[in-house]
Amino acid sequence: MSVVGHTPPPFFKRGVAPLARLAIFVSLSLFLLIVDLRFRTLDMLRATIATVIYPLQQLAYRPVEFAGGAGKYFSSLATLQSENAELRDRQLATANRLLRQENLELENRRLRELLDMRDRQPTQGQVADVLYAARDPFSRRIIIDKGMQNDISAGQVVVDDVGVVGQITRVFPLISEVTLLTDKNQAIPVQVQRNGLRAVLAGAGSGRMELRFLAANAEVEPGDILVTSGLDGVYLPGLPVAKVDKIDRDAAYTFARILCEPIAGVERNGQVLVLAPRNMPAAQPDEQISNDKPGRGRKVKRGQAVNGH
Amino acid sequence: MQPTHSSRRILLPVKGWFILLTLFVALFLNLLPLGRVTGVPDWVALVLAFWCVREPRKAGMATAFVLGVVADVADASLMGQHALAYVLLAFAATSLSRRILWFPLGQQALHILPLLLGAQVVMLLVRMMGGAEFPGILYLLAPVIATVLWHPLTYLLLIPQYRPVDRDENRPI
Repeated sequence: MSVVGHTPPPFFKRGVAPLARLAIFVSLSLFLLIVDLRFRTLDMLRATIATVIYPLQQLAYRPVEFAGGAGKYFSSLATLQSENAELRDRQLATANRLLRQENLELENRRLRELLDMRDRQPTQGQVADVLYAARDPFSRRIIIDKGMQNDISAGQVVVDDVGVVGQITRVFPLISEVTLLTDKNQAIPVQVQRNGLRAVLAGAGSGRMELRFLAANAEVEPGDILVTSGLDGVYLPGLPVAKVDKIDRDAAYTFARILCEPIAGVERNGQVLVLAPRNMPAAQPDEQISNDKPGRGRKVKRGQAVNGH
Repeated sequence: MQPTHSSRRILLPVKGWFILLTLFVALFLNLLPLGRVTGVPDWVALVLAFWCVREPRKAGMATAFVLGVVADVADASLMGQHALAYVLLAFAATSLSRRILWFPLGQQALHILPLLLGAQVVMLLVRMMGGAEFPGILYLLAPVIATVLWHPLTYLLLIPQYRPVDRDENRPI
């Protein structure tokens, strides 16, 4: 070959054979897979790489943000005006309740003291912007713009204005990752608001949730509101989570199949509130203390669900 | 190097930094936060397959592994999922490289389709074994769309090599 720069292929120094190289890299990948899936100890590696590609990620975020901004800019004045009027109406409608809330909180505290009950914890929250939904099509996760630098830690609860959205599962220096309630591996202990029946709610994929391990004759009806039970020590009790949508009571199965719709705008939020972590009550049974990953310890919750009925 | 092995035209040698740049741009395209839109091709896999076919001595399984780990972090998916798929893709592409380059571009794309589809299926299997939800059959649409892009992509990525050997002062490029 006469063209400058083309080197002839090496005949003798060929390096490691392709099959051997394949074996090396495949076993490396499998090692990573197993470690991440079973032991979840790759967080340092993940955080390091995430920090390195953070500028690139931010750069990639700009055009999409710009397109969204342009779309908003061109949205007609009429929509804005009607939205404004609607918001004003709603503000008036809720003003009454807001004004009374302080009063009610005081009264509530007094009553609780009277009943010698533990104070319901006052919680602070941080408002975070949802940057984007994670690209991974196998899970339901979103990325928010608060991270380690804002004292976010894994396990914190994320809510919007009407109910629970999900839980922080990974924290990076500047961003963090929220696993939505509709993710198949995300479970949340709830109770039926109407009768206090306790159960575990888990994601069922495609934007729905499923009430697991309830007997076929459990006292649940379509339209029931499910709120957090607070038994896990992670979620505050009483946060609205989901609404029972459809119940399939087949006597052939031990458990009823109960499908629920999330109350919060789980997959369409622009802003969310990250609640400060809840301090665990002092006395806890041993098995709950050993449960170091909140929200993932399915065994403990299953026990609670069984106790519930 | 020729555009295809049956062509008579000899191209300029590829520059190492250009391969890196294109992979970087592909990674950038993958990072665009489009949310859960189905059918968006995996740009990194496509560009990686391209360079593995064109330059099997410059891009290979090591490149694939590093890119895979970065893609895993960027996608917030399981560590090693993309790495495994990309390594297998790179192995298949490098070993088929000599055969693929004899074909015209349309038929090259037909060779690429099973490779990309295979990488996607590997990721699907890994995640299903990990207990994730099934993302729907449209998940397999992305490699088909990527295959259609093979023809234009080849011209785009070979532009620097199509320049003439001798610089002409009177011509801009």
